[in-house]
Amino acid sequence: MSSDAPTSAAAPEATPPGQQQDAQSGENQAVSVGRRVLRTFLYQRELTPIVITVLLFVYFTIKAGSTFTGTLSLSSAAGYAGPIGAIAVGMVFLLVLAEIDLSAGQVFLFCPWMMWWMHNDGLPLVIAIVIALIAAATVGAINGLITTRLNVPSFVTTLAMNFILYGIVLVESNDAEASPIPLSGQTSFIAKLMGSWRWAEILWVVAITIVLGVLLNRTRFGVRVISTGGNLTGAAEAGVPTRRVKVWCFVLCSFVAGLIGIVDAVKYGSLDPGNFGVDYILYAVGACVIGGTALTGGRGTVLGAFIGALLIGVLEDGLTLTGVSTNEFFIWVGVVIIIAMALNVQFDRIIARSRSR
Amino acid sequence: MSATPQPVEPPPVPVGTPALEVRDVTKSFGVLSVLRGINLTLNQGEVLGLVGDNGAGKSTLVKILSGFHQPDGGEILLAGERVSFSSVENARSHGIETVYQDLALIPQLPVYQNLFLGHEITRLGPMRFLDKRQMRKLARQYLDDINVHVPSVEAEAEQLSGGQRQAIAVARAVRATRKILLLDEPLAAMGARESRLIIDLVKDLATSDRVSIIVIDHNYAHLFELCDRINVMQGGRITIDQQVHQTSLEELTELMVSSYRRQIEEVQNAGA
Repeated sequence: MSSDAPTSAAAPEATPPGQQQDAQSGENQAVSVGRRVLRTFLYQRELTPIVITVLLFVYFTIKAGSTFTGTLSLSSAAGYAGPIGAIAVGMVFLLVLAEIDLSAGQVFLFCPWMMWWMHNDGLPLVIAIVIALIAAATVGAINGLITTRLNVPSFVTTLAMNFILYGIVLVESNDAEASPIPLSGQTSFIAKLMGSWRWAEILWVVAITIVLGVLLNRTRFGVRVISTGGNLTGAAEAGVPTRRVKVWCFVLCSFVAGLIGIVDAVKYGSLDPGNFGVDYILYAVGACVIGGTALTGGRGTVLGAFIGALLIGVLEDGLTLTGVSTNEFFIWVGVVIIIAMALNVQFDRIIARSRSR
Repeated sequence: MSATPQPVEPPPVPVGTPALEVRDVTKSFGVLSVLRGINLTLNQGEVLGLVGDNGAGKSTLVKILSGFHQPDGGEILLAGERVSFSSVENARSHGIETVYQDLALIPQLPVYQNLFLGHEITRLGPMRFLDKRQMRKLARQYLDDINVHVPSVEAEAEQLSGGQRQAIAVARAVRATRKILLLDEPLAAMGARESRLIIDLVKDLATSDRVSIIVIDHNYAHLFELCDRINVMQGGRITIDQQVHQTSLEELTELMVSSYRRQIEEVQNAGA
């Protein structure tokens, strides 16, 4: 992408090769290389958070040594990053549409409850999981239909949906914890795949990131999502079924959150009805922003959202291990989010300003 | 052009049947009645110019013909057959393409994806993976063929000048049109060179005879060069219908003035 980038900064090749270059051209070369690097960061938004995550990783490794790089520590970082990442990579589609899904975190919690209830009612586990996933997708469809057909802002639709799902869990569970979750702690391949292996969840999220990344960047559906978010009228005039596209994105976001919700429940073995989904949402939107997605619509990166989640995971784990109070973690997350958003907005402005005549 | 899906050969239409006929079409937005009974005929292979003041209803008429708005009354005949368009997709499936006044480009998408918007080349069947390489190649070729210069087909539409964006929008429609092309002020905001380019593009398409074109524009010199016939819209109706080779700019202007005078007199008489 960067190699064909449109602005016409002088390329280093333009300077004649040879040893007799004077200091001037050497300087120019340095400047144009600098420009090139800047441009790469401008168009590859994921690069900045990747660099920061790597730097954090190196820092914590130096500071805490093998305590940080040990399996226990890394799997705990992955444990933070997994749920946030799962919700974030689906959320990117909605942010590209200039919409949001505040209920995805609650769907993440609700879906395993659905599986638990269905299984306790005597349904085979496979059927219970399928029904739970359909329920998650249905929640997304309802979010989408209310938003597009009744013109209720998605912020409000999904805020309400979040409370409704939270209420359903509280009512149906009678405030009692669900435990043990089927499959959890078991060592069969299926059980391990569904979450009882410590790395299963993060690998699911990696796989989903790849699939959704391809979906957004390499398919006609992705073009339709970007068009709808970038120029709603223009997309409709060009024949993009904008409402249908939006509804599908709500379904997608909900479905992914629900799927990883089940894996997460199997991983930890129990469900607490008191968990509130918005906690996850705030981190997930933070991860999207850190990854390079502005909330203005038309632009977003799935990979970036995942990297953003990793960054938050590494930060939380690293700060805990280096003995910093976990409370300080929140200050750092806040600082990182603001810096990331400021960069996103500035980068967008630079791109818009770099018009060629 | 090879990648555009080849249209199914239409059934033979009797010679002389207009490509498009609009009969008594009306449209109101709330209390504002924008179209008050439009009657218009577009013959096969013809270029029809549509002129009129701002607010005369030209854009509304175009948006009805392209399926974006639905008319309140009247009927539309396509090659003699009654049609009603439920959506832009629907009108497009009938072979109608449109370039709107408010450009339908997506600022964040690269030029080549804009050029193929709604007509993406895809692979692997139902997954609809984009064949980006093919689209880039064809886009480069096509833009070269029609002399549209952009810094790169990878450049985002946001980075183009207004004229370049308009050229891309027109090129997209011209490339995709099978039967009828609707152009709503295609030359607005264009430099002289780009105007010339668009005019040549449309003229070229018109000579092929398979396509009929409606152009809205304010520039009479352009319209006289481009069109076979000119219709004048005033107050939601078509008031003047002139063949270009049988009239002159002076005559047309005179007709418009006297038509206005007549309307004013009508209003005054009604008031008296």
